[in-house]
Amino acid sequence: MIVQNRMTICATRQIADNIIEMVLEGNLVKEIASPGQFVHIRVTDTFEPLLRRPISIASFDKEKEQMTLIFRAEGRGTQLLAAKQIGVEVDVLGPLGNGFSADNSAPGETALLIGGGIGVPPLYQLSKELTAKGVHCVHILGFQSATAVFYEEEFAALGETRIVTADGSAGEQGFVTDSLARNPVDFTTYYTCGPTPMLHAVQQAFHDKQGFLSFEQRMGCGIGACFACVCETQTGQDMPYVKVCSDGPVFPAGVVAI
Amino acid sequence: MNRLAVELPGLSLKNPIMPASGCFGFGKEYGNLYDLSQLGAIMIKATTLETRFGNPTPRVAETAAGMLNAIGLQNPGLERVMAEELTRLAQHDVPIIANVAGSETEDYVQVAEAISKAPNVNALELNISCPNVKCGGIAFGTDPKLAAELTSAVKEVSSVPVYVKLSPNVSDITVIAKAVEAAGADGITMINTLVGMRLDRKTGKPVIANGTGGLSGPAVKPVAIRMVYEVSKAVNIPIIGMGGVTDADDVIDFLSAGASAVAVGTANFVNPFVCPEIIHALPTLLDELGLKTITDLIGRSHAV
Repeated sequence: MIVQNRMTICATRQIADNIIEMVLEGNLVKEIASPGQFVHIRVTDTFEPLLRRPISIASFDKEKEQMTLIFRAEGRGTQLLAAKQIGVEVDVLGPLGNGFSADNSAPGETALLIGGGIGVPPLYQLSKELTAKGVHCVHILGFQSATAVFYEEEFAALGETRIVTADGSAGEQGFVTDSLARNPVDFTTYYTCGPTPMLHAVQQAFHDKQGFLSFEQRMGCGIGACFACVCETQTGQDMPYVKVCSDGPVFPAGVVAI
Repeated sequence: MNRLAVELPGLSLKNPIMPASGCFGFGKEYGNLYDLSQLGAIMIKATTLETRFGNPTPRVAETAAGMLNAIGLQNPGLERVMAEELTRLAQHDVPIIANVAGSETEDYVQVAEAISKAPNVNALELNISCPNVKCGGIAFGTDPKLAAELTSAVKEVSSVPVYVKLSPNVSDITVIAKAVEAAGADGITMINTLVGMRLDRKTGKPVIANGTGGLSGPAVKPVAIRMVYEVSKAVNIPIIGMGGVTDADDVIDFLSAGASAVAVGTANFVNPFVCPEIIHALPTLLDELGLKTITDLIGRSHAV
């Protein structure tokens, strides 16, 4: 169920260039159904900026009623959020959308988790859930450069983790798909989140595999009413479009036209 | 006695608050969050004769205390709106105002005739003011003669009262208002969005794929209030006012300016519970102002 909750910031720290990790506490966490869902945050009680900011959930702990968000403080809204201190309350709407399902991998199988930049966070909770049920996870995480890298150790604790940077300043040089072409991974299902060109490259490279992609799009309402975040589908006719916020953000490979 | 009740052509409103067309879809999503029967009415998303996919993305851009949108009237088309959306809405005890859009007179007339026969549609809102479609829309709303012709053509076939939604993108909105009143409009809804543009700092190009978009949100409220004030003096048909309403105080302003009911648009995106919250807050505000009923507020600004 979607709830509007004033959640309390219980931890906040910078973990890479402009990247903030923020822990929020509140009963909204009880409603989270799957990794890859997101929340819609009002960063101010005034009308400037006006709209909420969609931010994906990196991990959650239902017992403690806490969730961790990782976001890039880049625009006006996310900078305002990043400036908030421990103890402050924030207006959060969520959980929203349909996330990844760990049910798509069976125990003993290998899952390939491919993240790019700020698309990396939702894969963390997914990897925790997959490894907990005995799925072997391999993580390929792409960033711009060494100063943008985060959660390398956290992912490494769950399984093999490869860091790939565009400028080669950390890990392998190139894009995630370059790394996978050089050193292929034998897997059953892939899960990916990141910039659209990366999603496109990943989907093409593994067109014969089962895969799930998480998309990003400018949003208005976040609940499916305003039609700001629609994407055309590859299938066309029966379902000409999908809404990223309420039908997604996670879709099986081949659904969204990219 | 219900202090918030308002009677308008075709509409017995339990309160004067309704979500504005285009900001509430067909009610399904908000219906998952609260009981829609609390609302005075619902203005459903614009319906066209055929399915419309709408404009390319990005379709929205944030601006100072507001936002631009160019959705492009995306909707599943008349047949599916009637069969699926209106049927689903019938389970709620709430009057529906169906927003009718088109590209030429003939399709406006066809949609109006059919949708006005739906049992839970109590009124039509004739959309002659959408700034985001290439044909029709605003072209009808900026020319008094075309606006009047379309109004009378739709009035002729509609089984329910017809409200005409006016565009603020004109030099004198009272001219259009008087033209549609003379053509038989039962009421006016106003204002639609103001045409605007936002540029990307890096590329210098418009952020919205459509180039221009409609400006809404708190930023447009003073323009809307001024226009409701002017039109309410110029015509004798009721006005449903809208434009930047975010709380119960804004509702007081619109009613004082001359509106008889108020629609809430963009604020639904900021706070999905804004409509019920406003409805809940109104009686206390009436007490503070020493007024018995909400209708006592209507047109206070005109008193000499």
